[in-house]
Amino acid sequence: MSAAAQGLVRLPVWRARFVLAALAAAFAVLAARSLYLQAMRTDFLQEKGDERYSRVLEVPATRGRILDRNGDALAVSTPVKSVWAIPGDVELSRAQRNKLAALLGLEPAELDRKLSDKSRDFVYLKRQISPDTAEAVTALGVKGIYEHPEYRRYYPGGEVTAHVVGFTGVDDAGQEGVELAHQATLGGKPGSRRVIKDRLGHIVEDVESIRAAQDGTDLQLSIDSKIQSIAYSALKAAVEANRAKAGGIVVLDARSGEILALANVPSFNPNNRARLNGAQLRNRVVTDLFEPGSTLKPFTIALALETGRIGPSTLVPTAPGTLSIASYTIRDVHPAAALTVSQVLQKSSNVGAAKIALALPREAMWDLFRREGFGTAPEIGFPGATGGKLRPWKTWKPVEQATMAYGHGISVSLLQLARAYTVFARDGELVPLSLVKTGATPGGEKVLSSQTAREVRAMLELAVQPGGTGPRARIMGWRVAGKTGTAHKLENGAYATDKYLASFVGLAPASAPRLVVAVMIDEPAGRNNYYGGTVAAPVFAQVMQGALRLLGVPHDAPLEPIDPAEGDEAREST
Amino acid sequence: MAKLNLLLLAVLVACALGLVTSQHKARKLFSALEREHARARELDIDYGRLQLEASTWGLHSRVEKIATGALGMRPVDARRVRIVERDAGR
Repeated sequence: MSAAAQGLVRLPVWRARFVLAALAAAFAVLAARSLYLQAMRTDFLQEKGDERYSRVLEVPATRGRILDRNGDALAVSTPVKSVWAIPGDVELSRAQRNKLAALLGLEPAELDRKLSDKSRDFVYLKRQISPDTAEAVTALGVKGIYEHPEYRRYYPGGEVTAHVVGFTGVDDAGQEGVELAHQATLGGKPGSRRVIKDRLGHIVEDVESIRAAQDGTDLQLSIDSKIQSIAYSALKAAVEANRAKAGGIVVLDARSGEILALANVPSFNPNNRARLNGAQLRNRVVTDLFEPGSTLKPFTIALALETGRIGPSTLVPTAPGTLSIASYTIRDVHPAAALTVSQVLQKSSNVGAAKIALALPREAMWDLFRREGFGTAPEIGFPGATGGKLRPWKTWKPVEQATMAYGHGISVSLLQLARAYTVFARDGELVPLSLVKTGATPGGEKVLSSQTAREVRAMLELAVQPGGTGPRARIMGWRVAGKTGTAHKLENGAYATDKYLASFVGLAPASAPRLVVAVMIDEPAGRNNYYGGTVAAPVFAQVMQGALRLLGVPHDAPLEPIDPAEGDEAREST
Repeated sequence: MAKLNLLLLAVLVACALGLVTSQHKARKLFSALEREHARARELDIDYGRLQLEASTWGLHSRVEKIATGALGMRPVDARRVRIVERDAGR
């Protein structure tokens, strides 16, 4: 029986093969495609799939606290809320609008303006409001308005600690002071976690923690907030009473080199920085240079004693109270025929200091100043710490060497000056400074011999006795040693005749020095009352007394009231 | 052959259930951990706030104002101070 007879058409074999091949090819394409999707694009597709339901959330990290040496808070971050909106989604009734504006502290018109651009999908309505207010906003139940947590930095010390602590910006990064200097350790590292969210954005499930948030570490400063407060209020009162432009004060622990207080006037409130100007922000103690004037004389005299050619009672001829070098004349306010080296310091004689300096080699003087830390910025890890100007000795002319003896022609910061005085407090050792609590007693660098340091300390004690230039620096119960300075201000390369800078640097108790305090008052406006001994010394006395009492330093002088007006106010011209 | 297959199926089902349970447990533990973390944060924040409050109430200027104003205190007059030597009696 043939195929035709059975009614069957014998199809060509190639057709079946063709169909088979076509099917095989289709399967091959599918296999290739699935291979491509599964093996090569799997990451991308997985990601796209996850995007439908899983979200990576940022976990904010808290910024470390800044504490004072006793553990009192100087800067603390607390959570606040920021309210934002998707303008296109927001539907507000008139009453709701007014209520919302009132809650956020905005004008209704301003709120409308913020919500006017419907094309945007993220608008901050108000940043950093209190959690309570944020809750009230949520309670309004307006669609399209959301909030997210942020941190805000609070400074309980306010203007008192403003310059030391500094502040952070709205994004919680340090901008000034310690906040900036220690940003790396204070700032935390935000973490992230993956969650599964439903269509409405509610978190259904925590999936995994990708990176744990790392909070910033707390930082304990060497500042004692009580001493800081005394220092700031005394300085502020003095600046106001003398109608001065500005002022600065620093209190050092001579043993550990820790900075117990550092304050500037004018100051600012770091909690409310709406209207700030550059003058308020300046940390004068650390960043501003000034010609120190007579407060530098002790170093000249120390160097002279160190050479062994003169002693404290060697006579220095100072008649007739002036000294001309080239075309420049150095003057004394109280001309004397001759003064002992001690008296040169006590009476703050420029002529005497200049004559002593001229007998010294320039290089030795330069070397001492350099080793005292002038010309190099102190390493306290503080932004903008300045090193001052100390010119190389080879460029010194004789007149410059003479004026440098009493602190003109060289510029330093108040912090450098205070640090330099630690050599007199520590029997010749210069101590490294620290703004962070160390509790250690670091070894200093030997700059002067112990004997010289003690001799100069004894002279400095005389300088605050009646007959010296700074009797108002005396305090009841403790022996004080220190030096006044009244320098003409340098303006446009010339000394201004009517602008002064009054300063006082001293230490106490003189028998076993514990603290060094340096005070600087810029442009006291009092008529005939612009001297370091009358403007800066009283601030020193007030702060030193308060600090010694707070620290419980044993008395080394009888507790007899001191009459501040006692003794001739020896005036000085530098 | 069929027996082995059945056995393998049973094992597979058991494994699958085990996986589901352990996943569930892991997620529960994770959320518990997260809750505790959140609590720790909250307590830390509270501590910070209390510290802030303590600092604000204890401000030197405020203490001084209250001491001199409301309590009528003043610095001790030198004439009324007696220094006692610690070793004096021995």
